[in-house]
Amino acid sequence: MEYLQLFFFYLVALVAIVAGFCVISCKNPINSAISLVMTFFCLAIFYVMLHAPFMAAIQIMVYAGAIMVLIIFVMMLLNQGAEVIARYRHAVIGAFVAAALMMVQIIVLIKQGAVSATVGPISSDVIETVGHTELIGQALFTDFLLPFEIASILLLVAIVGAVVLAKREV
Amino acid sequence: MLESYLPILVLITIAVLFAVGSVTFSFIFGPKKPSAVKLAPYECGMPLIGTARERFSVKFYIVAMLFILFDIEAVFLYPWAVVFKRLGMFGFIEMGVFIIILLVGYVYVWKKGALEWE
Repeated sequence: MEYLQLFFFYLVALVAIVAGFCVISCKNPINSAISLVMTFFCLAIFYVMLHAPFMAAIQIMVYAGAIMVLIIFVMMLLNQGAEVIARYRHAVIGAFVAAALMMVQIIVLIKQGAVSATVGPISSDVIETVGHTELIGQALFTDFLLPFEIASILLLVAIVGAVVLAKREV
Repeated sequence: MLESYLPILVLITIAVLFAVGSVTFSFIFGPKKPSAVKLAPYECGMPLIGTARERFSVKFYIVAMLFILFDIEAVFLYPWAVVFKRLGMFGFIEMGVFIIILLVGYVYVWKKGALEWE
């Protein structure tokens, strides 16, 4: 069973990486968007494997559903067809610099970091007996009450902002 | 734990196989006699006027944006519904405040006419 799970993990990881590569290499932006949905689904499977089914459901509902709709609408607004603009040299250089920095960071983190087991009272067994959504709900509506209510203010500000920006009289 | 997700995996596999299978087999066995009318995006209906790659109105964008925001609001309701009985009246008031604040936003959107399609 262990090996089967490991095999499944590598399979999903492979699909995620290939889909992620398609996101940046596809000529047509819509194909990139579809590949991005594929990566979102792979991430959702990872959340399930990490005993976080609520996160998996949110990943699919919010990211693969809502955020993707927004990205596609932005593509429709920008009207960038299949003919993509020529490659910019400074963008390539910038990407190389960013990738090199990221690699240095990863190497430092792997060299200096230590692998530890789960810390704190919430272990995989607790999650399995109590339930992931229950734990999140319990924490969100008791300990993190203020951030939760502030989130509603944030959403309100976003609603007003969207209307003010997009509904301008011309 | 993971075994309980096996039915979902089976369902996804069957769905993918069905989709790929129908497309592949119709590609292999289907007769292909293309004509200009058949290759048009809409075989029935009005003839094409220009390309589909036009700039879309910003009205679509605002609908998508509002959809996301109220979608995220709905996401908060799921963990709340799961622990609702344990939280009791306290949880009810909490969520009431949350919903009322967003209701203000909804009323604003409605009064501003952002849901109208003029």
